This record gives sequence, C-alpha cells and structure tokens, in this order.
Amino acid sequence: MTRDRELRYVGRPIPKMDAAQKVAGRAQYIQDLKKPGMLHGAIKYSDQVHARILSIDASRARKLPGVKAVLTGDDIPLIPIGFMKDNLALKKGKVRQYRDEVAAVAAINSEIAREAVDLIQVEYEPLPAVFDPEEALLPGAPLIHETDAKGGPNKSNRLKLPWNLVCGDVDAGRAASTHVVEDRFSTTWVAHCCLGASGCLAEFDLSGNLTMHSITQIPYLAQNDFGAFLAGLGLEGKNVRILSTTIGGGFGSKLDTHVYEFIAILLAHKTNKPVRMIFSREEEFLAQAPRQPTRIRIAQGCDQYGRLTFRDVDMILDNGAYTSWGATTPSVMMVPISSLYRVPNVRYKATCVYTNNLYSQAMRGYGNPQATFAIESITDQLAEAAGIDPLEFRLLNVNQPGEITPQRFRVTTCGLRECIEGVADKLGWAEHRKNPKKARGFGLGSLIHVGGGARVYKSDGHGMIMRVDDFGKVTVITGGVEIGQGLETIIAQVTAECVGVLPEDITVVKGDTSICPWDVGTHASRAAFVSGNAALAAGAKLKRKILELAGPMMRVDPKDLDLRDRMVFSTYDPEEAMPLDKVLRKAHFTAQGTVLTAEHFYDPPNEMLDKEFKGNLSCSYAYGATGVEVEVDEETGQVEILKYIAAHDVGRALNPLLLKGQVYGAALMGTGMALTEQLVLKDGKVQNDNFLDYKILTALDALPVEPILVEPVDEAGPYGAKGVGEPGCVPVAPAIANAIYDAVGVRIRDLPITPEKILAGLKKKRGGTL
Amino acid sequence: MGYLEKIVKHVLEFTVNGEPVTVLVQPHEMLLAVLRDHLGLTGAKEGCGLGECGACTVLVDGVSVNSCLFPALEAEGALVTTIEGLMVDDGRLSPLQQAFVDHGAVQCGFCTPGMVMSAEALLAETPHPTEKQVRAGLAGNLCRCTGYNQIIEAVLAAGESSDSNPKPGNEPGKERP
Ligand code: FES
Ligand code: FES
Repeated sequence: MTRDRELRYVGRPIPKMDAAQKVAGRAQYIQDLKKPGMLHGAIKYSDQVHARILSIDASRARKLPGVKAVLTGDDIPLIPIGFMKDNLALKKGKVRQYRDEVAAVAAINSEIAREAVDLIQVEYEPLPAVFDPEEALLPGAPLIHETDAKGGPNKSNRLKLPWNLVCGDVDAGRAASTHVVEDRFSTTWVAHCCLGASGCLAEFDLSGNLTMHSITQIPYLAQNDFGAFLAGLGLEGKNVRILSTTIGGGFGSKLDTHVYEFIAILLAHKTNKPVRMIFSREEEFLAQAPRQPTRIRIAQGCDQYGRLTFRDVDMILDNGAYTSWGATTPSVMMVPISSLYRVPNVRYKATCVYTNNLYSQAMRGYGNPQATFAIESITDQLAEAAGIDPLEFRLLNVNQPGEITPQRFRVTTCGLRECIEGVADKLGWAEHRKNPKKARGFGLGSLIHVGGGARVYKSDGHGMIMRVDDFGKVTVITGGVEIGQGLETIIAQVTAECVGVLPEDITVVKGDTSICPWDVGTHASRAAFVSGNAALAAGAKLKRKILELAGPMMRVDPKDLDLRDRMVFSTYDPEEAMPLDKVLRKAHFTAQGTVLTAEHFYDPPNEMLDKEFKGNLSCSYAYGATGVEVEVDEETGQVEILKYIAAHDVGRALNPLLLKGQVYGAALMGTGMALTEQLVLKDGKVQNDNFLDYKILTALDALPVEPILVEPVDEAGPYGAKGVGEPGCVPVAPAIANAIYDAVGVRIRDLPITPEKILAGLKKKRGGTL
Repeated sequence: MGYLEKIVKHVLEFTVNGEPVTVLVQPHEMLLAVLRDHLGLTGAKEGCGLGECGACTVLVDGVSVNSCLFPALEAEGALVTTIEGLMVDDGRLSPLQQAFVDHGAVQCGFCTPGMVMSAEALLAETPHPTEKQVRAGLAGNLCRCTGYNQIIEAVLAAGESSDSNPKPGNEPGKERP
C-alpha cells in the first residue's frame, strides 16, 4: 500500500517508454513483419446479404501461378467459432451478412492473392433478409440462424442471452413519482478506426505447434480459442504461442478472436508456410465488427424535491449476423443504469437480436457510452420537468462515498460531486444561467465506470514475474498488453517506486504467451490497475528477498534495511549502505548462490454478477463529469464546441502526462460518436468504407479540453489509482446533446447529432416553417 | 494471363535519407511500397492506401506527400526523406521527434511517423507556427488515439525552440551525392 514517504516516480509525467522507438519509425507493427517463405492471405467475401451457397468454383483461382492454396467451407472441418459458437471461419450452407467469408487464398504476394480471390465464382440463392432488429423479433421474420450452437432449433432471432436486472420496485417508484419522463434514444454503428488495420501472421512448426503473431488485446483467451480450433483440425493438444507485435490501436476491436485469424491458421496449416493476413482500409470498414447499435426506451422519475425515484430501461442491441463478446456489454451498461446517481428502483432489460447486418462488437466503454447517452439525456429532461437546474438536479442525486448501490456495488471512494462542481465552475455555469447568450448552450454529462477491473470473465487476474540481474536491473514480465495507453511505463514507474530502483532500470517484457504469465486481457480500463497492483505485490516480494540477502552481507537485521535509488541501507544509519548491484553479484558469484525472482498473480476482489445480475462487479468505481459549451448555427445546424471540461475521479494520477493523453483521446473519440461518426448500412451493406465518407475528427477539430483530475486515492488501487482508459468517452454525447438543447431547444435522440437533424428539429420547433 | 507473366520493371534511381538507391519497380507501384517493400524502410505506414490518413507521409524534395499515392517513378532523381532519416547524425532523436516524446504525443504510434513528417514540412516552411497553422498543417494526418492535443503542443514547442536546427535531407536543393 501507499507508503508515507514521498513518491519519487509515481505521479510524475514520465514520457512513454516506447515513444522513442515509435517516433523514430522503428516500432514493428504487424504490417512490418515478414518471415522467410511467407505467403499472403486474402479473403473472398460474400456479395449477398442472406443467401444459400449453391456452389463455389475456385478452379481458376487454383490455377493462377503463384497461388499456393485456395480453401472454401467444403475443404475444412466444421469448427464453430465465436462467443456463442455461431460462426465458421469459412461459411458453409449459407451466408448471413455481406462480409461473410466464403473462400480464402494464400499466394506468394498479396496482388496475386487478391487476383485469385476475384477469380472465385460463387453461386447463391438469395433468401429474404431482415435488417431492423425490431422487425427481426416479429413472428415470421427470416431466421438468421435456424439452429443454435448445440444444433437445437431456433424459433426466433432473439439471442438466448437474457439480460434482466430488477432492483427494488420500479412500479411503486413510478407511482410515487411527482415527475416522470419517458423517451426513446438510439445509437448507431461506430467503427473503431484503428490507424493500424487488422492483421496477423500464422506459422506452424514441424510438430504442428502454432505461433500466431498477433495484435490481440486478449492473448491468453486467444490462445484458448486457437487451441480449440487446432483440436478441430486434428491438432489436439498442440501448443499455441501468441507473439504480440506493436499494436496500431485497440479500443476494444481486439477483444475477440476474429474470423480472419482463423483463416490465416487454416492457410498456414494447409500450406505449411507462414501466412500473413493484412486488412486494407476498405476491409477494415467492411469486415471489422463495429460498436453495437442500441435502441433504448427509458423512463425516469423523481419526487417533488427532485430526488430520483426510479429508472426503467428497455434496450435492443443489434447483434448482426453473429455474436461477439460484445453481446455481454449489457453487463457493463448495467453499471450506469443501476448506479449513476442514487436511484432506489431500477429495471433493465436488454435483448440482443440477430439481423443480417454486420455483426457488431464492443468498443471503448463496453456499452457504457450508449447507456449513458440515454440516462444523461433523460436526466436533463427530468430536471426540466421538475423545474430544477440540471446542475443542481445532479448534485441532489449525486453518488456518495461508501454507498451500496441497488445492484450491490460497494462504492469506496467517489469523487463525482467534485467532478460535477469542478466542471460547472470552469464552465461558468452560474454566470451562464444568469445571462444566457443566444444560440449558446451548456451541457453536462456524468459517468460511472468500473475502475478496478470488472469480473466479466470468471477470472479478472493478471500475472507478473520480476527478476533482477547482476547490475540491479529489474525485468518485469507481464501478461498485459500495450495498446498505446502506456502500460509499460506505468509498470516501470510502480516497480521502480516499490522496489527502490530507477524507472530506467526497468525492462518490461510482454507479448509472448510462452514467457509471460496469464492475464485476462486489456479491457475494462483495467490494465494500469491490475498490473500496478501486481507490480506492487511482486515488487514487495522481490525487495524482501533482496533485503534478506543483504542482511548477512551487511551484518544488519533485514528488518532494519531498506532499498532506495539502487542502494541498500540501514534505516537506523543511512550511512551504512551497500549498492544493490554489489549485493546481487555477491549472491550470484557464491557457491550455492541464488538468483532473485518474484511473482504475483493479482486477481482483484471483484465479484461475478449473480443470477440476478447483482454483485460488486469492480472493487473500485471511476467517476467523472464532462461539461461543454456549444454554439449552434441556426442556419446550417453546425455545432461548435467552445469549451470542453473533463473532470475525472482517477483515484490517483500515476502519470499525468499519459493520463491526460487518455482523456484527450477519449474526448475526441466520444465527440466523433456524438457528432459525426456512423457506419452507414443500407440493407446490410456498408456505404462509407473510407475515411472521406466515414468522418473521424481531425486536428482541425481538436477540442479545447481542460482536464480536471480528482484524486480521492482509492485503497484498492495501486497507490490509489483507478482505471481511466475508457471513461473519457462515456458522457460526451449526452453532454453535447444537452448543450444543444440548452442552446436552441432541440433535443436530439438519435446519434450522431448531424446538422440535418438539428435543422429538422429547429424546423419542427418553429411549427414546420423555416 | 496470370500476374507473373505481365510484370514489366523500370529502373528507378533516387536518394533516400542521403543515400543514393537504385531499385527495379513496376510502373504502377507507389513510393510507399518501394520504401517499405523494396528498401525495408517500414517507418512510413500504410493507414489507408488512399491518400486519406497521412500515415504514409514522407518528404520528396522537401515537400510532404502521401507516398501511398505518389507514383514511385515520379521520384526519379528526387531527394526523399523518411522518418528514418530524421534523426540527427549521432543517432539522437531530432528536436521535433523529442518534442513528440516529451509531450505525450505518441500513443499507439501508428500515425506518428506520418504526423512527424508533416510537422517537419510545416516547420521547414513556417518555423514558428501559430496553433491554427499547426492544426491546418496536420489536418491531413489522422490520429485515433490522442485527440491531437499533445501532438499540437509538441509541434508548437518544437517550433518555439527551433531556431537553426537544420535537419538532414529535407532542404530542397541540398547537395546531391
Ligand atoms: S496510407 Fe497514404 S494517406 Fe493513408
Ligand atoms: S497515436 Fe495511435 S493513431 Fe495516433
């Protein structure tokens, strides 16, 4: 736990350890990786949205010089893949979405591979399709999957994955309410748009062991998925080794194993050559799974004093044609639904529905941004109905440290009040209320998110090994994944701090499942939290061993020794000291000497949600508030963000430089989701598969973000820290929507908030005349 | 006719990061592919291959270009600078690169080489840019991680401290070997 003495490295704005490599162009991404004899893979996608496959003619592709393998669903064993085992690497029988993979090629270069793909002829018999998730639920709707993973018949497109949370008595809460507001909201497909597109390189050794060069956020779960796949190929029990390259962006896009990875495995197995599969940008838009769209009905009420009485949420998630881990995002959506503000009665029901749309997955925030859009929009609406200022309304209902929420979250520290007040203060809320300017509006959005990992899987663990060499350099071997957030740097800071060496003495080894101990994955903003705690524990063990070794050498009781700045010293007489490297060399160069290692498997005391979806999902909760001032051009519908204040309860800022990077990045990503980003699907087909038509924001749109860091130091976190990777993008859309309403009186309920929607709203408000 | 039978190659000679190079390229090949695949200079990245993201930005005779859309044969005789050529002679990062590191402007890093090259071109033209000029100068370079704030800070800081830091190879007309 936190020592009283002053922290030396934790809390300092230390630049990212891998930044120099990256800025010099030396970091190796999957696109940069080559192997001798390597082949290039390419995928033939379906050009039908829902159809029976009648025949596939790959004969011309097979004859093309330079082609080494062509595979279709008929050439491979039936091995179900995916979270619900409802998918196949190469489709058999029928296709269910435009991106469906029907054949694959390995060739000596990527041009030949693509040419071969174009030569493959597929004959289809079209089937009726359904694209609207509500229509897909109607009786008689075309069935996307006739059977479930076990082969039992499916009667509907509703996934057998019921999400139902009931806390208290919502009907009684509603009956007791003075004010009730109900509304509908929707969010759409948002693409992760990692600048580094997807890719992998699969290779087998002569014994049938697989090495996968990968960009996954979940190496150990991927190991498991690929191992099961190998078993299906007759390679039961073979080793799977995941080697991570530098990753060109994550944001949740790599929380699943993906079809292209299984195809690369098939091709590598077939050809007995390394096979690399790299997505083009077009493919990244067409064949990566975007953020799940939601349709949300929400009702919320309060009593005559403005205290929340109930919240009732009914949600439909468009799963698309197959199921990813994203179908579990309702477990995290429950966090704000049950526990943002103090609301005694809560009901939440989520239905995931198969459609013939692209299958969707999780993205930064794991559903929380979608849920919070509805909650924080309706909170403003309810405040208005109750005649209470939205700021005051939030403070009236604000979460408190120590409270137990209806979903049985045990809140430890909670800086939400400070966040909201800080934001309001910096925005100039009071002044704006007194003298509002025309077409200018202020908007608030708050957030709660898991801050200490989340037990979405049975384990929330993180393994770490530390060793120290002859020279006092510490190697930290971690199962965590660096996706650009700065995990390595945080580990180095925490290790240096708790062991008593310098950050530059630390080497972080990661990205190899054969060396690094198990970790559940880089998700849920957990990486710094779990790896920091693991480093604290392993570091303490390592330090104890060092001091025990030094004791006899220095003739001092190890209890009275400490280690700081590479020097072992007596706490009674700091003059009595011995350099760390000398201690270690003595230990090594002695008959029957010893080497020092320490390990720790940290699994936070988080609870799996029980059958009623209750339990303390995370041992620490992150809070925050975003406030914006916007100006709306009533002629064009354009929105300009004039002020952007982002307050975050981060527990403790382990590294303010990196932390602000997360806040800035999440702010702009959230603003994109709010204002511009939508993967447009027309009858299941993506219409905007490039950066000109799918607009992510540019340097011209960079926001004037003013971060406020609230640091209540949470006992559970390493030096008090909470997770911060995702929270910044959670409350952005409602803050902006609320500000637009404040400015021009138009409430936008469907993301993204385009100028057209604002103009239509203005027109309606003026009674249909322009 | 198969792909292998229709290959025609041309000799291309140019200078990259101060070194003269000769490569055989096909007429349709882009400079990015030549740099990455023929010369092993993988610092420049392909983020889109369509001229929309700037990850492939390099300097050709001091001018920043999207190398994914720049026909390789048009680089004949040119001085090309890539991210690999930006370090100062003794292998240290250039002041601009160092500013990116110090200001937290690098996250996943995929956009970084292109971003730095665009900033390099901007600073060569406008040594002390305003924030507005920096934003405009980087508008063609997408970044999904940083929100651009710390990148803009880094370029402004490099601009402030840059007085006479000639960087290798990016001045047009620098003596050809
Ligand atoms: S790769 Fe050249 S602009 Fe994107
Ligand atoms: S740092 Fe990841 S895209 Fe810019």
